[in-house]
Amino acid sequence: MQKPGRTLLAKIWDQHVIAHIGDDTDLLHVDRHLLHDLGGSRGLLDLKSRSLEVHNPELTFATPDHAISTARGRAGTSKIGHELLAGLRTETSAVGIEMFDIDEPGQGIVHVIGPELGLSLPGCLIVCGDSHTCTHGGLGALAFGIGSSELTHVLATQAIIQRRPKTMRAKFEGRLPFGVTAKDLILALIGHIGAAGGTGYAVEYAGSAITDMPIEGRLTICNLSIELGAKMGLIAPDEKTYEYIRGRAYAPEGEMWERAVDAWRQLPSDPDAVFDKEVVIDVEKIIPQVTWGISPEHVIGVDGRIPDPKEIADPARRAAIETALDYMGLKPGAPIAGTPVDWVFIGSCTNSRLSDLRAAAEVVRGRKVAPGVRAWVVPGSETVKRDAVAEGLGKLFTDAGFEWREPGCSMCLAANGETVSPGQRSISTSNRNFIGRQGPRARTHLASPAMAAAAAIFGAIADVRMMER
Amino acid sequence: MPKPFTKLTAIAAPIMRTNIDTDVIIRIERLVGNSVRGTLGKWAFGSLRYLPDGSENSEFILNREPYRQAEILVTGPNFGCGSSREGAVWALQEMGIRAVIGSGFGDIFFANCFQNGILPIIVDKKIVDGLAAEIEFTQGAGRIGVDLEGQTIVSPTGQQHHFEIDPRRRAGLLEGLDEVLLTLRRDDEIRAFQAADRAARPWIHFARKQG
Repeated sequence: MQKPGRTLLAKIWDQHVIAHIGDDTDLLHVDRHLLHDLGGSRGLLDLKSRSLEVHNPELTFATPDHAISTARGRAGTSKIGHELLAGLRTETSAVGIEMFDIDEPGQGIVHVIGPELGLSLPGCLIVCGDSHTCTHGGLGALAFGIGSSELTHVLATQAIIQRRPKTMRAKFEGRLPFGVTAKDLILALIGHIGAAGGTGYAVEYAGSAITDMPIEGRLTICNLSIELGAKMGLIAPDEKTYEYIRGRAYAPEGEMWERAVDAWRQLPSDPDAVFDKEVVIDVEKIIPQVTWGISPEHVIGVDGRIPDPKEIADPARRAAIETALDYMGLKPGAPIAGTPVDWVFIGSCTNSRLSDLRAAAEVVRGRKVAPGVRAWVVPGSETVKRDAVAEGLGKLFTDAGFEWREPGCSMCLAANGETVSPGQRSISTSNRNFIGRQGPRARTHLASPAMAAAAAIFGAIADVRMMER
Repeated sequence: MPKPFTKLTAIAAPIMRTNIDTDVIIRIERLVGNSVRGTLGKWAFGSLRYLPDGSENSEFILNREPYRQAEILVTGPNFGCGSSREGAVWALQEMGIRAVIGSGFGDIFFANCFQNGILPIIVDKKIVDGLAAEIEFTQGAGRIGVDLEGQTIVSPTGQQHHFEIDPRRRAGLLEGLDEVLLTLRRDDEIRAFQAADRAARPWIHFARKQG
């Protein structure tokens, strides 16, 4: 009998098994451990307090992003934020972990800098104390978020204990319609299978729309895996991936590069590989998406209407929708387009790369932010910031009335004093519209950078497709 | 190192809304800093527990007797989804929660529970809904029994339900094992793996800035 085909996940997983330690559970080698300011120094101090050493500081990299302010000169960083930054500097330098500090190329949102620096590679196992670590799967890496205890475990052992997940393949087939982006595709999938639809699975995204998609879009797709409930999301590496990585600061070069690419070419799922679950999405039916509720699964097309709980038979679902609409201050049955916004946030590990800023800039060019709207652009990294400024995007945004900020997580998780005021409404390119996510009682609508830019211009949620030049 | 978990009979509170995320369990600003542990119990479920003026929301179940004494939560689908913040588990623990029972949990939250000696139990949604209904019928007086060794839940009316759990995790909880020290016992294997891997995938191990 012929050996059955293997999935991308299985191939990467098997290459990292140090030991089998239980039912479907393995001790896996960690190739890259990324630390940030919110949990990095805590982990290192925890290790020190237990008289343990960092197992492989050369495989560990750090940058501040979560707790620092993104204001000019980092003014506004709280006292504790400064302490965390100082702690990250002291503790990484004490053990020889490389840190990319503020104002240096390399600093930025941890999930933006990993790929940008060539630290995140196909076939690589990457962990970080942050649930959006799944982002790096866009390069064909096996990447996932871990908790604080697991973080300490990885520092001490360079290994992680994991149960092998089930596999799901989500195929996006067709050509992207006008105005539709990677963000819309993944939001549509979350709307389709739900915020727990991927729980217990590693999701491999495939199909012609993924093959055609540039790497930065693939990173956006994988970024939202956790909002499907899937800790891991990944995409087979291909020529686009290798082109993206080649020449990056930490990427292999010369003979090592050739060997690496040869190995990476073996990674894609075999044609006869079997997945535990398959979903196919017709991309051509998707229109720009926007969320209306308090979970990313509360999502509709921008031409849609806010659900009416009266039309929902299931009592649990009805109650959930009532709670969401009450929190969001929205009228059942009303069109989502035209909902006024107070805040526009373009940034986060989901959508703060150069291509995201370019997409927003295309909409903004020659237009002005609507009166009364506060609109921020927070580039994902120092390098994104510099590149964007070099091509005139910084000036374009400020001329239009946006604030052009320093790189960091900013208003995506509001751990840095950057919040949407209570009761105010924001359209955000980030990943979570949870209750209070952008600040106590803040109301968040998730959308693509182009949609967020359109809302900034109109002062209300608007269909970006209507803004043809 | 987690405290062992063996058996528990306690007041249980149903929190049945779908998709209660870890941001709702504990807001991020409560977790900024290296010495937040021990301060989190009063901030657990802050947005549900307190009104905008800071006073208690008497409609929220954990603000009512006897649920204030709850050591078990019976939860709606996808409880603990979202952020990886282990502070969500610390906050529950600091408010006295020792077990959570639901039809499914966020993957990272689920793993974080075991790291802190909290038992997350996954059972069929029908069983979860039944437990919640029984608790409400007894107005919270009926206790739930959890026996990790026997892998059983006993409902307030005495109905017994079996639950499945990964044997390795079960053993870890029963004995309060320290995973870091257990893994370090395998350090020879880790180092042997790395030695072989340095030859097979040198680009992983010798990443240095180019140019």
